[in-house]
Amino acid sequence: MSPHENTAENNPPEIDRPSIEADIACVGFGPATGGFLTTLNRAWIENPADPAFESRVAPGLPIQVLCYERADDIAAGVSGVVSAARGIRASFPDLNPAEIPMAVPVKSERILYLLDPIGASRRPWLLRIGDRILSALSATLGVRDYAYELPWAPGFLHKTGGLVMSIGQFNQWVGTKLMDSGLIQIWPAMPVSFPLFAENANRTGDQVVGIRLTDQGVDKHGQPEPEFVAGMDVRASLTIVGDGPFGPIGTAIDKRMGMPPGHDKREWALGMKFVIELPAETTLEAGTVWHTFGYPEPEIFGFLYVHPDRLASVGIFVPSWLDDPARTVYRYLQHFIQHPALWRYLKDGTLRSWGAKSLDESGQHGEPFLAGDGYARIGEGSGSTNMLAGSGVDEAWTTGVQLAEAVIELLHNRRSFTQENLSATYEKRRRASWVEYNARNAINGRNGFHIGLVPGLIGMAMAGITGGRLSLAASIPPAHKQIKKSRAQSLKDLKRRETAMLAVEDGRPLHEALMSARGWPEIDFDGKLLISQQDALLMGGKVQAIPGFANHVIFRDAGLCIHCDDKTCIAMCSGQALTLGSEGAPVFEREKCVHCGGCLWNCTRADAEGLTNIEFHAGAGGFHSVEN
Amino acid sequence: MSLHIVVCAGIVPDPLQTLEPVAGPKGPALKNEMMLPAVLDPWSASALYEAANLVSKNLAGKIWLVSLGSKAKLQQVMMTIAQKVGFELIAIDSPTTGFADAHATAAALAEAIAAIPGLDRSKLLLFGGWESASRGAGVTLQIVGERLCIFDQFMGVDQIDMREDGSFEVLERVEGGKHQTSVCTGTPAVLGWATGNLQEPRNNPQMGMANMRTVMPALQKAKPVALGGDAGLQYLSASLPTQQRQTRVVKDMAPEAIAQELVEWMGAE
Repeated sequence: MSPHENTAENNPPEIDRPSIEADIACVGFGPATGGFLTTLNRAWIENPADPAFESRVAPGLPIQVLCYERADDIAAGVSGVVSAARGIRASFPDLNPAEIPMAVPVKSERILYLLDPIGASRRPWLLRIGDRILSALSATLGVRDYAYELPWAPGFLHKTGGLVMSIGQFNQWVGTKLMDSGLIQIWPAMPVSFPLFAENANRTGDQVVGIRLTDQGVDKHGQPEPEFVAGMDVRASLTIVGDGPFGPIGTAIDKRMGMPPGHDKREWALGMKFVIELPAETTLEAGTVWHTFGYPEPEIFGFLYVHPDRLASVGIFVPSWLDDPARTVYRYLQHFIQHPALWRYLKDGTLRSWGAKSLDESGQHGEPFLAGDGYARIGEGSGSTNMLAGSGVDEAWTTGVQLAEAVIELLHNRRSFTQENLSATYEKRRRASWVEYNARNAINGRNGFHIGLVPGLIGMAMAGITGGRLSLAASIPPAHKQIKKSRAQSLKDLKRRETAMLAVEDGRPLHEALMSARGWPEIDFDGKLLISQQDALLMGGKVQAIPGFANHVIFRDAGLCIHCDDKTCIAMCSGQALTLGSEGAPVFEREKCVHCGGCLWNCTRADAEGLTNIEFHAGAGGFHSVEN
Repeated sequence: MSLHIVVCAGIVPDPLQTLEPVAGPKGPALKNEMMLPAVLDPWSASALYEAANLVSKNLAGKIWLVSLGSKAKLQQVMMTIAQKVGFELIAIDSPTTGFADAHATAAALAEAIAAIPGLDRSKLLLFGGWESASRGAGVTLQIVGERLCIFDQFMGVDQIDMREDGSFEVLERVEGGKHQTSVCTGTPAVLGWATGNLQEPRNNPQMGMANMRTVMPALQKAKPVALGGDAGLQYLSASLPTQQRQTRVVKDMAPEAIAQELVEWMGAE
């Protein structure tokens, strides 16, 4: 161990930790790590006797590759489910979608502008005028069920030739193939708390020398209990960081190494979806893809993707630039599925699963350093998502493939995993690829939404059609400044607030009460598809958390929370794991947390450095359903 | 006394997922079973933890875990189980379901057990679940025992206490919520476990990684076996148990009165 070794923060150095060595340690198992491990595994299978694949830590054995995934099962992932699958098909040229449960080729695509049949959404005057025109000319323009289908959609939005998939099942399929070979070990239910840093060989900065697994057998405050097991250190010459947009390892590395100049993750969205079993008489065919916008709020984009066996993924994205502090997701999703254009197909359906996750919508604005001494970043956490096309899975997969090709090259040439070598191989490949090309085109594509909805749509179209050559400029504030302070602007607002506060006194969450006060009808629960949010945790996501782990959502300063009027973190919590405590600060229940990360970017309180009052650490538990 | 404990443990779909019986081309199956994650059969898991406890209390012995299932699913399950107890895995690669014939399954298990190198029959305790969580037929372990000519069999076991002379005392579940105490003069014997009295061991990543160094090669060596012997076995139907729900919200009712009403309701049903 280097005398300069600096182990992770907040861990008392006197704990005797077990330690093992691996050649490569991977954090997170999703599409990106799937792409990395598939490519590496395949190269090894083709020539297992190649000395390049001999382990440096266990001579005589093949390269030791350990992958740690936080979720209970590798099939418990949640993410977008329509993909152009360009990179995926390149890895699996003979791919038969029928091999992957819930996967089907894209058959048809529609883009629908949804009008508001209730009259409760917050629409700017320009949109209201447009709605009136559409309504007046509904017969001529083909407006049906309060929906207008765009007669033409720009090419950058199409997923022709792509796949509708369940990310959980895709991960399961990839993982099964990997584990068949015996080279790769994928460990579920093993959250990784921190990267291990040390001074690099040139003494010019830090390197990553491995990872530390999360302590187990602790109380919710992290204090050891009788069954305490100290998190093991896994030392590796290369750490692959694929832990998503807010994973603790990626976050710790960003904090330690800094971000490239001008880069910051400022744009987010919370995606939430239901997986619905459609009624037996459904006419929706597998492979049907709908994209929607306009309802339940103009800022909220929606989707419907139809899988085989009468299953459909239906969901919405609530973006960080929806500036209402009372923004929330679950109830909006329930209103979304009851929009006439969707409800005619979804009515009498059954909820099969439910899930939510935060999406990093910053694109290249939020790209971190892709590689450093001893580590490399892949997937969504590396800024690979193309927010213009709404595409992330394929990009993530491809970054993993690119890294694997680079690692294989370095292994063959017996070169070490330094920043210089990884940049010359991995970063070079990535910058020369279609992932980079598309990311560059998309970089300013959504700036306009920080001016308004209509400018945002215009900006997207401009950027998409011109390949990024034209776009709207805008100043993007940090996420916590994108939430407007709530204030009554009219007598009507004041009365609504008063009505809502009465409901709050009865124990109703403020955001729920505000929505009702604004005119959103109460949800008529049917126990089958329209169910309470708590029931969705159990019937849908099958959310659970085994005991013995500390709380992973931490409020740094309770005083800031007590004085916060909005508490948007509570409104946006996907699992209602955050509720208002008796002392005025949020209370966190880890057993309900689905690890969506929504709280992280919905805190309106930040310090001088821009760090909000919420920290999101590594934690076990969350979704247990595999139909996401 | 040094024990050789062989634990037979199947893998079953995770009960937290949505499980629906459907009619498949070869008979009943679970809808989308291949996409469901698997867990170690809970009854067998209790048997495994009891085995580990017995070995640690007796300070001597060895545990083999014999499991039949598809290799990929076995590996996924072992990732969790290997973190809880130490064992040597004997894997049998066979795509099985909860509707597999108990006799064919038992034949494959017995053959694998008989072939374990170094297994001392005179020290053998054959553990397993008293029934499986998949179908609950409750015969597989008994048939394995018969095939291995082990005729001292105990089912529904919750406790075993070894004595210094090599005999042991067993508590088996019987009607009325009671246990029957039996004393067996010695090994070999078959014990089909109910829940036992132990808590599930916590995950220990270091133990898991140490175990996987032997588990991975065992999985690679797993012999593919096609279960035969279905001739004459015909499933007429399969269905989920129906739920009964009669909820009544009451205030100011004494607990004794509530209990009495529940007892009468259960008796009437």
